[in-house]
Amino acid sequence: MAAGVAAWLPFARAAAIGWMPVANCPMPLAPADKNKRQDELIVLNVSGRRFQTWRTTLERYPDTLLGSTEKEFFFNEDTKEYFFDRDPEVFRCVLNFYRTGKLHYPRYECISAYDDELAFYGILPEIIGDCCYEEYKDRKRENAERLMDDNDSENNQESMPSLSFRQTMWRAFENPHTSTLALVFYYVTGFFIAVSVITNVVETVPCGTVPGSKELPCGERYSVAFFCLDTACVMIFTVEYLLRLFAAPSRYRFIRSVMSIIDVVAIMPYYIGLVMTNNEDVSGAFVTLRVFRVFRIFKFSRHSQGLRILGYTLKSCASELGFLLFSLTMAIIIFATVMFYAEKGSSASKFTSIPASFWYTIVTMTTLGYGDMVPKTIAGKIFGSICSLSGVLVIALPVPVIVSNFSRIYHQNQRADKRRAQKKARLARIRVAKTGSSNAYLHSKRNGLLNEALELMGTPEEEHMGKTTSLIESQHHHLLHCLEKTTNHEFIDEQMFEQNCMESSMQNYPSTRSPSLSSHPGLTTTCCSRRSKKTTHLPNSNLPATRLRSMQELSTIHIQGSEQPSLTTSRSSLNLKADDGLRPNCKTSQITTAIISIPTPPALTPEGESRPPPASPGPNTNIPSIASNVVKVSAL
Amino acid sequence: MGAVMGTFSSLQTKQRRPSKDKIEDELEMTMVCHRPEGLEQLEAQTNFTKRELQVLYRGFKNECPSGVVNEETFKQIYAQFFPHGDASMYAHYLFHAFDTTQTGSVKFEDFVTALSILLRGTVHEKLRWTFNLYDINKDGYINKEEMMDIVKAIYDMMGKYTYPVLREDTPRQHVDVFFQKMDKNKDGIVTLDEFLESCQEDDNIMRSLQLFQNVM
Repeated sequence: MAAGVAAWLPFARAAAIGWMPVANCPMPLAPADKNKRQDELIVLNVSGRRFQTWRTTLERYPDTLLGSTEKEFFFNEDTKEYFFDRDPEVFRCVLNFYRTGKLHYPRYECISAYDDELAFYGILPEIIGDCCYEEYKDRKRENAERLMDDNDSENNQESMPSLSFRQTMWRAFENPHTSTLALVFYYVTGFFIAVSVITNVVETVPCGTVPGSKELPCGERYSVAFFCLDTACVMIFTVEYLLRLFAAPSRYRFIRSVMSIIDVVAIMPYYIGLVMTNNEDVSGAFVTLRVFRVFRIFKFSRHSQGLRILGYTLKSCASELGFLLFSLTMAIIIFATVMFYAEKGSSASKFTSIPASFWYTIVTMTTLGYGDMVPKTIAGKIFGSICSLSGVLVIALPVPVIVSNFSRIYHQNQRADKRRAQKKARLARIRVAKTGSSNAYLHSKRNGLLNEALELMGTPEEEHMGKTTSLIESQHHHLLHCLEKTTNHEFIDEQMFEQNCMESSMQNYPSTRSPSLSSHPGLTTTCCSRRSKKTTHLPNSNLPATRLRSMQELSTIHIQGSEQPSLTTSRSSLNLKADDGLRPNCKTSQITTAIISIPTPPALTPEGESRPPPASPGPNTNIPSIASNVVKVSAL
Repeated sequence: MGAVMGTFSSLQTKQRRPSKDKIEDELEMTMVCHRPEGLEQLEAQTNFTKRELQVLYRGFKNECPSGVVNEETFKQIYAQFFPHGDASMYAHYLFHAFDTTQTGSVKFEDFVTALSILLRGTVHEKLRWTFNLYDINKDGYINKEEMMDIVKAIYDMMGKYTYPVLREDTPRQHVDVFFQKMDKNKDGIVTLDEFLESCQEDDNIMRSLQLFQNVM
């Protein structure tokens, strides 16, 4: 139960007077307020700083240090205050939690110090309010990652024998620092990429003249040498690609990845060149293919983290880049048109058409200014200067937008994923808290009823039974008990409800001697919506004696003045006794405590008879005679 | 080029405008604040001591800083005590019983007045208050439909997982039993006098009315 509304409990209990005329049974007794103290101020001295609060404020959360009797260990008799040798700053947050019901996380506080304090005061960090929860989780995750990184760098020297050969190879490819062989491989491939790129470049440098012919590029002069180099590089790349393909955990995903596409594009031209002969027609296409060899430089991105980040940046900013391109295109077209018409009049003008003016506009707007095309008319010069001025603006303005957009989008994506992951955990927490409070009632009902019965009979063992619950808890449970009495129905939990459903619907088949569970597949769905005239039978009547012996010691204490029937329970005897229960069900002379038991399927009954028991007037038929063996719901 | 930039910026301002209205609305809502009458006055009007009023007000103000409770908050608070089922209908009837002036909000004075009757009042006053609760349309009579609504609301608080299983006609049976007891002249409605008389005859009800004497 949320302790913030504990102050409203008197109101809820007072409102229960509205049920009283409707109820047919007498209500249970209210729990007595044993220590009726007036609300007093408590002084909490935390490292010299004094905090004061009401005692009832602290008692709102009885399972924490300050709310329970554990704080008595810190009580200082001389000064009559509670002294804690802890951080007063964090204590401020803790005390505010008691006051407002919300736990906040101060940003300036160190995460591990805060966790330590919460653990000391017995408060779960899960209770942190929505306003501060994200911050708390972020800091906690960063801290955990930092610790993990430290651990990883320590553990890297150790070997992991459980990995297969394939997995070790993949790991070696992805993290070159794991073993020396991987490192060697990493550097060798890097070297060959560099060699390949350099040969591509040097191939085209003019190498000096061979006597008797014009100047040749090196590629044609030493064609054999270059061909050998190229072959060697391509062989290394092919081997590397095939090895990666073999080691990849998911080959399909590997083939689709960008890096493998770059690899393939890098080595394809060579093989295509091998396959194709020196056919003149396709030599033009062949030359184009050789251009693709320059893509080998992209293989460096495996070796460079920065390149990868840049690639990701461009990919994620695609829309902003698209906008930049679009606005530039618009500007180019506008200015090219204007320049063309402005320069149309002048003779020998280079601005022969609007597409020809595009070149001028681009060169001017990017402030390059080659000078191969210049306007000659006055109007042309005016528009030319406007073009160059606006060019600066157009280029300079969207770039910060792109940068900030990138940072915003990046963080937004991260936060959305985080929030989605946290949301599931949050909902689970809320569900647990909700069922926790209802389960608390059911649990304490079993213990609490024992307590009540014992108190009424004045046995001295009352202190041993059950846990002591706080006064607020017991008052709340008394309230729920009154509601049960008003409606003549009991709270049970979900599993028991399902079992009762199955029980009652199975008992509604009187003809079969031993119905088996498997023969009724659709049971649970139909039974509870049934509007049959038959009342629900007591499913507990079929318990064989053996199950009850474990509960004997509890139940025997409480029965006073009831007969002790034979241990075998049978339906026929139940039928006889059921007639007694037709009297008004609210006899107060006998107090029968009960524990809800798990009903067994009727196939296990010793009795073969299956006469349907007579209709009972209400669910609380008092059957005291079987109470010592049958465990059922109480009927006060 | 400037035109392009101009259209771009105007798009931005259009998005900002709705949020400004929302801020003004929020300001209005938080301005509603109510302070109760003085402590002495309340002490004279109700059966509580000063200390008890202080404790009550602290709890009240903690949950409702603005000084008034509206129906939503009322329902939420009441639902916290009954996690198994749905307490909203009963809380709705309770709210209207507390809100004597039918303004839609319960001030601290109303709250404390009702509590004073319920916890410290005479039997007669308590029964009269309960009659007022059951009489949903406040016409001075309880008919079967009103009683059905109340009893159904009470049963709703139990939730689904009960033993024995709640059936459709259980509330109706309960109401029939109630009317048999309360309706003396069998005319289908229960007046205040019939109600008072029948309740005073029933020992159970008399005893259970005294149950919450020591709640404060």
